[in-house]
Amino acid sequence: MTLETVLLTAAALIGVGVYGAMSQQVVVMVMMGIELAVAGVLLALGGLWWFTSPDVSLQTLGLVVLAAMTVEMATGFAVATLLHRRDGTDMTDMAAGLHE
Amino acid sequence: MTLLAAVGLVAATLTLAWLSAATGVAYAGGSRSTALRAPAYESARLLRQRRRRTVDADRLLLTLAVVGLFPIAVLMAALVPFGDGPAAATLLVSGIGIVWINAFDVTVWALVWLLGWGPNAASGLVGGYRFLAQALAYELPLMFALTAPAIAAGSLDLRVVADAQTVPYALWMPVAFAAYCLGVLGFSLRGPLASPTTPDIDGGVLAELSGTDALLVRAGRHALLGAGALAAVPLFLAGGSGPLLPAPVWVLLKAAALTAALAWVASRVPAVRPDRLFAVAWTWLLPAVLVQLLVVSVVAQAGLTAAGGR
Amino acid sequence: MQVTDAGLLTHLAYAALALTAVAAGVAVFVVDSMARATWALGTSFVCVGLALVLMGQSYLGVITVLMMVMEMAVMAVYMQMFMGMNPALMPMSMVHSHRTAVLAGVGTFAALAAAALLIPWPDRRTTPLSSPDADVTAAMGRDIMGAHELVMLAVGPVMVATVVVGVVLSVRGSRYDRLGDDLDLDPDRKAHR
Repeated sequence: MTLETVLLTAAALIGVGVYGAMSQQVVVMVMMGIELAVAGVLLALGGLWWFTSPDVSLQTLGLVVLAAMTVEMATGFAVATLLHRRDGTDMTDMAAGLHE
Repeated sequence: MTLLAAVGLVAATLTLAWLSAATGVAYAGGSRSTALRAPAYESARLLRQRRRRTVDADRLLLTLAVVGLFPIAVLMAALVPFGDGPAAATLLVSGIGIVWINAFDVTVWALVWLLGWGPNAASGLVGGYRFLAQALAYELPLMFALTAPAIAAGSLDLRVVADAQTVPYALWMPVAFAAYCLGVLGFSLRGPLASPTTPDIDGGVLAELSGTDALLVRAGRHALLGAGALAAVPLFLAGGSGPLLPAPVWVLLKAAALTAALAWVASRVPAVRPDRLFAVAWTWLLPAVLVQLLVVSVVAQAGLTAAGGR
Repeated sequence: MQVTDAGLLTHLAYAALALTAVAAGVAVFVVDSMARATWALGTSFVCVGLALVLMGQSYLGVITVLMMVMEMAVMAVYMQMFMGMNPALMPMSMVHSHRTAVLAGVGTFAALAAAALLIPWPDRRTTPLSSPDADVTAAMGRDIMGAHELVMLAVGPVMVATVVVGVVLSVRGSRYDRLGDDLDLDPDRKAHR
């Protein structure tokens, strides 16, 4: 466990997350890709904190990242439910209303 | 030494699970004279039973769920300090034991849902959905209830929390204690919160289980009730403090008493429908717990001020 | 569960967690069962949380595990509600613009990995910048209730707003639909509606 290995792991998670978010058709799967990328960001933050500068205010930043994740998920679920209710769709391509 | 402690801990968890099962037998219409033997007979019967398989079951996820419940109970029990004082021995040492307890109880969400999903059968899935609905209802009051002892003791460390109690917290924060106990019944799927396993859906998440699978899940359920009661000892029941007997004995006695009490309640109170439970849990219990937290915070701050702190 | 500095055991534990995290992350988009995809993501998150615990941030780590297991449980419901796939019954590809996505993923990884390896990161053990507090959790508690209280003050309302937004977006009817014009109907007695 060194800073480099932690950052490489984080980079791999973010890479897979980007692939997922771009390639998936189902809204919930797109959210899963985004979540995976955010997990990578969280890990990178944690690694940088521990190995370079364990200052407590960066921990607070970590809390903010976690909070952002919650907001993203909750809103995403709500939008997915709304789309499903309205048009019976769950595909990003079909959610044309989002473009207007 | 650690190995010995681990074996002891598993034995203690098993004993509490046994007690929970026996109490259930004794007060739910079973014969009281054979109640203590009943869990052993039932286990032996299940061990000999042939495993029934469903079509296209998700064996991987089902196995995870079946095997996972009991270890979660043991892990929860491993956080509990068995000695006296702020440096008492626990198997898993953590300065934030209360948060770990919460994390372990949340993994039950995953396991019970997977238990319903795994067999690829309708009743199980209905049970899994029911559990998630009721889990949302009991988990929030439980989470807030867990913070009450932490606020009063000014620490997330179970040893410090146990040591800080001159009067057991259960006595002066009864609402938090009640919400915690409801949570324990919730994550062990017992009594009023047993609706994911009730006969109206053919046993729900337990419907397709047989043989060793059924044994492991039932043991896990009883063990979770026991572990929840054990964790309540440092949280609400003043840990190992008590007259005459040594601290570890007191911890176990208190845990056994609470296990029996919860299992008695569980065998007496019928299962509540999740939507009704939700209405009560979120419109009454949750605000009540928040008021309880306010009271605890004010008392804790008054104590700090009186002691010359900030 | 406080780890002070990296011993061999820590290195091994981290390697296992990192490999599992990435493998589970890949599995999310490879397996053809919604339930398995969801819990693969859950596994990945649990590994990230435990890695944070290894790096002395037990509170953030445990909270990550706690939050993500709950979230994945809810996620599983959504996956089924909207996809309704049975395990192993319907293997199917739910992918579009696959090539671009792969390129973007690999490119992101390459760029970030290069940054991770090429930037001369400072090291607190050789160039003393600062050292971790004895009790990180307590220090963080004091920080968000003291120096960075504004963060807490901002996050709180944002969370409440999220709850409201979530409910407003997703709920079908209002309480008047459920309880009648005077909000005095028993929701269980549907005959009155």
